[in-house]
Amino acid sequence: MELHNVLDFPILSLSIFLPLAGALVIWLFVRGDNAVRWAALVVSVISFLVTLPLALSFDTGTSHMQFEEFHPWIAAFNINYQLGVDGISMPFILLTSLLTIICIVSAWQCIQTRVKEYMIAFLVLETTLIGVFAALDAVLFYFFWEALLIPMYLIIGIWGGKNRVYATLKFFLYTLAGSVLMLIALLAMYFKAGNTFSMLAFMDYPFDLSWQIWIFIAFFIAFAVKVPMWPVHTWLPDAHTEAPTAGSVILAGILLKMGAYGFLRFSLPMLPDASQYFVPFMVALSLVAIIYISLVAMMQTDMKRLIAYSSIAHMGFVTLGTFMFTQAAVEGAVIGMISHGFVAAALFLCVGVMYDRLHTREIGDYGGVVNVMPVFAAVMLFFCMANVALPGASAFVGEIMVLIGTFEANPVYMDVSTKWIAIAATSSVVLSACYTLWMYKRVVMGDLVKDSVKSMKDMTVREFGFFVPLMALTLWMGFYPMPFLDFLHVSVSHLIDQATTSKLDAAAALVQAMPVLDAAHH
Amino acid sequence: MQQLTLNTTELLAIPALPLLGALAAGLFGWALKEKLSHIVTSGSVILSAILSVHVFTQVLAGASFHGNFWTWMLAGDFIVPVGMLVDPLTAIMMMTVTIVSSCVHIYTIGYMHGDPGYPRFFAYICAFTFSMLVLVMGNNFFTLFFGWEAVGLFSYLLIGFWFQRESANKAAMKAFIVNRVGDFGFAVGILAVWYYFGTVEYKTVFAMTPDFVAQNITLGFMGWQVSAITFICLALFVGAMGKSGQVPLHVWLPDSMEGPTPISALIHAATMVTAGVFMVARLSPMFEFSETALAAVVIVGAVTAWMCATIGLVQNDIKRVIAYSTCSQLGYMFVACGVSAYSAGIFHLMTHAYFKALLFLAAGSVIHAVMAEQDIRKMGQLRKYMPITYITMLLAALALSGVPPFAGFFSKDLIIEATMVREFTEYSWLGTFASFAVLSGVFMTAFYTFRMFFLTFHNSDRVDPHTQSHLHESPKVITIPLMILAVGAVVSGMWGVMVLDIANPEIMHGYFRDSIFVLDEHNPLMTLAEHGPHGWYHFIFTAPFWLAISGIGLAYVMYFRQSAMPAKIARAAGPLYTFLLNKWYWDEFYDWLIVRRARNLGTFLWQRGDLGVIDKGIIHGGIIDSVKSGALRMRIIQTGMVFHYAFAMVLGVFGLLTYLLLTA
Repeated sequence: MELHNVLDFPILSLSIFLPLAGALVIWLFVRGDNAVRWAALVVSVISFLVTLPLALSFDTGTSHMQFEEFHPWIAAFNINYQLGVDGISMPFILLTSLLTIICIVSAWQCIQTRVKEYMIAFLVLETTLIGVFAALDAVLFYFFWEALLIPMYLIIGIWGGKNRVYATLKFFLYTLAGSVLMLIALLAMYFKAGNTFSMLAFMDYPFDLSWQIWIFIAFFIAFAVKVPMWPVHTWLPDAHTEAPTAGSVILAGILLKMGAYGFLRFSLPMLPDASQYFVPFMVALSLVAIIYISLVAMMQTDMKRLIAYSSIAHMGFVTLGTFMFTQAAVEGAVIGMISHGFVAAALFLCVGVMYDRLHTREIGDYGGVVNVMPVFAAVMLFFCMANVALPGASAFVGEIMVLIGTFEANPVYMDVSTKWIAIAATSSVVLSACYTLWMYKRVVMGDLVKDSVKSMKDMTVREFGFFVPLMALTLWMGFYPMPFLDFLHVSVSHLIDQATTSKLDAAAALVQAMPVLDAAHH
Repeated sequence: MQQLTLNTTELLAIPALPLLGALAAGLFGWALKEKLSHIVTSGSVILSAILSVHVFTQVLAGASFHGNFWTWMLAGDFIVPVGMLVDPLTAIMMMTVTIVSSCVHIYTIGYMHGDPGYPRFFAYICAFTFSMLVLVMGNNFFTLFFGWEAVGLFSYLLIGFWFQRESANKAAMKAFIVNRVGDFGFAVGILAVWYYFGTVEYKTVFAMTPDFVAQNITLGFMGWQVSAITFICLALFVGAMGKSGQVPLHVWLPDSMEGPTPISALIHAATMVTAGVFMVARLSPMFEFSETALAAVVIVGAVTAWMCATIGLVQNDIKRVIAYSTCSQLGYMFVACGVSAYSAGIFHLMTHAYFKALLFLAAGSVIHAVMAEQDIRKMGQLRKYMPITYITMLLAALALSGVPPFAGFFSKDLIIEATMVREFTEYSWLGTFASFAVLSGVFMTAFYTFRMFFLTFHNSDRVDPHTQSHLHESPKVITIPLMILAVGAVVSGMWGVMVLDIANPEIMHGYFRDSIFVLDEHNPLMTLAEHGPHGWYHFIFTAPFWLAISGIGLAYVMYFRQSAMPAKIARAAGPLYTFLLNKWYWDEFYDWLIVRRARNLGTFLWQRGDLGVIDKGIIHGGIIDSVKSGALRMRIIQTGMVFHYAFAMVLGVFGLLTYLLLTA
């Protein structure tokens, strides 16, 4: 087996395990809260630098997996330690390592209890997240997918708000229910595809339609919970509200992307016929996310809950684009995910900045913040406008590409023109402005009336510091998204080929060949 | 004609200068303080204006430019370039925008002096100028949309500039959201343009349009067929309606007066709100092929022109009178575009920019003098104290009313005459309807303008005694921009007709050359040239002139001196007066129809849907309890609670939607 790895160096393994090793070192050798903070920062920065070559040495001309690694793991079941990335997964690894730095910096002062455990949890979380995006073996993928629940569970459960027990339980049960079905699906594929867990082999194996449909349903439940899609979304607002700021940042920035990534990596290429078959269903759910959830977002009184609902609405665009099978729509979906990683993360950080001062997330407890925190008001306005997908912000690129791709799409199993779907989704132009600006008006604008707000101080340099990279990236991706799109072109077009090439003929041919094989066997 | 090309660096500098000025004042305003902030921003805009005038002269000599600079987005065959198209239509917009913006910048130095947000204000108006230049100079639908949204952002920021005021914050949000309703249409239009033409560049799209129309492509939805070109034009026009404050999306524009007066002049009168008119004129090669879209433009424009004029008759806030007048005049511009007299529409856009900016700035000068009072019932006799403001505002009022030889007369008269001769084959009633609207509008315009003018500067002295002791003419930094704009308000009409040849019925040989396209069979200016009245004195025989004169006359009788007549008429008109005073109750209507319903629906979906049914009903009630006891579950389903059934309905609708999508 030939491995594509231009660096001839296990860079993915290093990216995955460096944070874990750092966490281990911190656990064993570092004493004192401040030392732990600095050590964690150093580890996360080095981890980020380690992931940079993934982008810099990335070959945009091939759809093949890159930086591959392969080692037999559990030979008895043909389970291997197989890693590799393409243009779709690579950006998420960089996003993860970048956001981890921001999470660690943002927790500098607001986390005062169990600092060491907190930092370790985030570094372990980084390991598992990068593992999810780098894994090419289904068991390895499943391992990381499940493993990340543990640090996330602890982050919300230990450092979370008043209602954290309820939120963690809900979060855990929801995702676990999905995961169980995914495990069953993976096992089924293992036996069907001839005793292999290689995700690339799953993509090549011709599953027949009924298999595809059942596996799709199992995957759907696992991924839809993570995205999250209506109606399995209600864990997210609770998890966000109770999570500490950095927990929300990772949750919105990376965790939500895993569901959509699952659709792109598993459902579309492995189950092309079922994916086509379920297009109307996925489209309907996406539209519900965009419209229903936006209306719900508008009426929230808790800022974090509002942004959580806004995230679900934005993920509606991602799932819509994913299931349109056109170049523009799928690339738009991926760009939308990355962009949401910047914007939603930043909005949660904004709420965190205010929460650190007043210890409340209620919109009604604020008002006139701009009077005492003008710099903060400008930063928050920037990200609110990005959330509204104003052109020049990254979200615009993602959304308009999804809409363009949807307008021109022509799914097999749908007779309603996707033009009307695109038009319905465009209503987000109005709805997102309603909930975002209304919140901004009530929180930031207005006269200074409340005594508590009067005591608020503007952002410190440290706080301003973690917004700067996010602002720069939002603008870069908004004005000149070409470098990001270049990563995607070939990988996405390969994915679309896979997703639009029916496996049914090959499956039928396999059935035809079966008796012959059986005969030969006997 | 010789083909000259413009200097790329010069063209790029025109938007780049204000951008740099805005960044400097925006990011370093705390260090630059007042003086350096206004120097750097005003300086960059004035420089940009000088370059624009230079470009304008070159364009006048036959030059033009079309080119791409970089690729914004690319995916498969979807490609969005960033480029510029500079032709006569662009050049006249660039010049108007930068000149008015320069005047407003200078004026602002005096008007905003001492405001704590001084550098911020300059950063915003400078950045606004940049956005507006991108809007007019871009060569494709995406650059247009970028500029469109960017001006919307700065409009939002400037309306809410005094963020302590609740009313300003509300108005800012309202402006943004109502504009976004329009942008919804705009975005859909862009999607359709890309889908049907495979490109977003104007030139390519325009070149393909005749063939595309010949193919008779239609869109079907639930048995209703509409031609694709009509669909595209109407969708884009919804965007224009939002930005240009046309009924029924006009409600944000009067409220935008909460912003400081300089931006009312710059953004909400002279430039941004005219973007919709610019869009329709720019897309004339598309609109020309859809009689239905043109008819829609005429209807919306005529209704707005008439309705907003009626509201303007009774308003008491000096800025609101002018704001409704802006809506109404924008309606005239749309009527012009709808009757295929695009050149008249753009002509009126230009003259209106000068006299309306002047009117606002003069009103600002008045407001400044009377200590921020905006109610014209509390003014009067101000001419004694502020002669320059008085005379410049008089010139602007005459221009707005359409009195020859002031600017507004030439452009408005052209629109009205064009409207009266244009005939729609499919909608024969439209000509009469539009003519009635624009003609009665002329009378009302003249009346409300001079009502406001007389109440402010003549009539009795109703200023409160405390303020009176402070009354004085504004400083030079305020009056000089007024005088510059007054020149525009007086001469731009004559200049347009005589020097630019802007009204030439043969568009190709007039000022606009190939930047505006009119089908020969539509061209109302041609009809006018063939059958209309001739001679410079012909205005004496036309209705608009006499309507304007009688409007001013009536205002003179009622308001020049204090009289009991207005109150009597208001009492006699009773309900009609209240109806107009309350602006036809549009705000209340929208509040009832949309705002309250959307909130209730949001609350319902959240409380009943997410919390009530998904969480309590299914997760707790359905799953957890069912584990405890099957019987209990049965009871929960039959609670008889309304929301359970309601949610079942939501589920049903969702299922139906899926089913429809699967099988329709």
